[in-house]
Amino acid sequence: MSTIALDIVTPERTVYSRSVEMVIARGAEGDLGILPGHMPLVTTLPIGLVHIKEEGRWSLVAISGGFLEVRPDRVTILAEAAELPAEIDVSRAQRAKERAERRLAEKGRADIDYVRAELALKRALNRLKAVEESKGAMR
Amino acid sequence: MAQNARDIRRRIRSVKNTQQITKAMEMVAAAKLRRAQERVHLARPYAAKMEEVIGSIAKAGGTRHPMMVKRPVRKTGYVVITADRGLAGAYNANVIRAALQAVGEKSPDEYTILAVGRKGRDFFRKRGYPVADEITGLSDYPTYSDIRRIASAAVKMYEEEVYDELYLVYNRFINPVQQTPTVKKILPLEDVGAGGAEGRRLHYEYEPSAEEVLESLLPKYAEALIFSALLDAKASEHGARMTAMGNASDNAAEMIESLTLALNRARQAAITMQISEIVGGAEALK
Repeated sequence: MSTIALDIVTPERTVYSRSVEMVIARGAEGDLGILPGHMPLVTTLPIGLVHIKEEGRWSLVAISGGFLEVRPDRVTILAEAAELPAEIDVSRAQRAKERAERRLAEKGRADIDYVRAELALKRALNRLKAVEESKGAMR
Repeated sequence: MAQNARDIRRRIRSVKNTQQITKAMEMVAAAKLRRAQERVHLARPYAAKMEEVIGSIAKAGGTRHPMMVKRPVRKTGYVVITADRGLAGAYNANVIRAALQAVGEKSPDEYTILAVGRKGRDFFRKRGYPVADEITGLSDYPTYSDIRRIASAAVKMYEEEVYDELYLVYNRFINPVQQTPTVKKILPLEDVGAGGAEGRRLHYEYEPSAEEVLESLLPKYAEALIFSALLDAKASEHGARMTAMGNASDNAAEMIESLTLALNRARQAAITMQISEIVGGAEALK
């Protein structure tokens, strides 16, 4: 089966760099399924999960927002943060979620705090979802 | 140098203690340097990849984003990256000097400083320079989220036209014993991707549109540049500290050597005196 090179790069490190069969990600205008030979594309990625098919098996990576660049032979995801489910600290994500929810519950503060809390909540939920889904896939 | 032997011994002991500390610091810095270098290495693909994408967008269409266009300069921003601690030779002094040179003769309302690191902040604060923002207490291995706040603040101030250009002042890492204070312009991003002309130009499809992709890509790119400069500066800091502490240990060794020599002289002089006293006493008894 033909493959396409996938790199997931964050400012701190390269999280993932392997040949894969298919990548599914949620782009700015809906889900994208990328197979080898896809046309060149650049899109923004919201906070979400990226599903990867490698040697017939699916795995996923949690992305905290970024960009996706596609070339016929290569997919690059530039993300501010990205984690494999095994790397996610569940209790930390849980704490982050609770903290963000608490902040959102407190009304009447500077609105910039709101946006940040909302993003933090999204990131935390995304991480928790990644862990849950990967557990489900293994069963 | 006609000290008595006990004083010299005491000094040798004290120098030895200091030497132990400087040696330990040297080794710690060497270990940290290795990790810091690794991180510089790991961080490289991100900025490089971003530059590639931005370059291809810029080349493909005549898209002009405000962050890529030069505008008349009324005010300049400087991000000055220093260490939190001293004992790193001329590391901090070099950066501060480079920053002051860059500022030159500008009056205080023509520039503003964003200080990263306690040493730089203290310097500029104490002397009444305009410090708009600061961040201190960064770990030795800073993460992207540590620097995120000041990086996005720096980019935002540019977007809001608080200043019209932004420079980074930091020590660029050349090798473990050499760091060069560098002043680097990061905004506006005038010649991004002007370099590496690729053989085959790809026509990308953009979602939602080239402008919008660029809109969110450029600030992130500027932030990534600040982050990679910070990693570079950290590697330089450990390198500078390692060198400084290595020199200090060598100096201590030299000092111990000369003190030991003086100690032996003093001891011999004392013995010689005692012998001559005994001989003199015996002579007098005859």
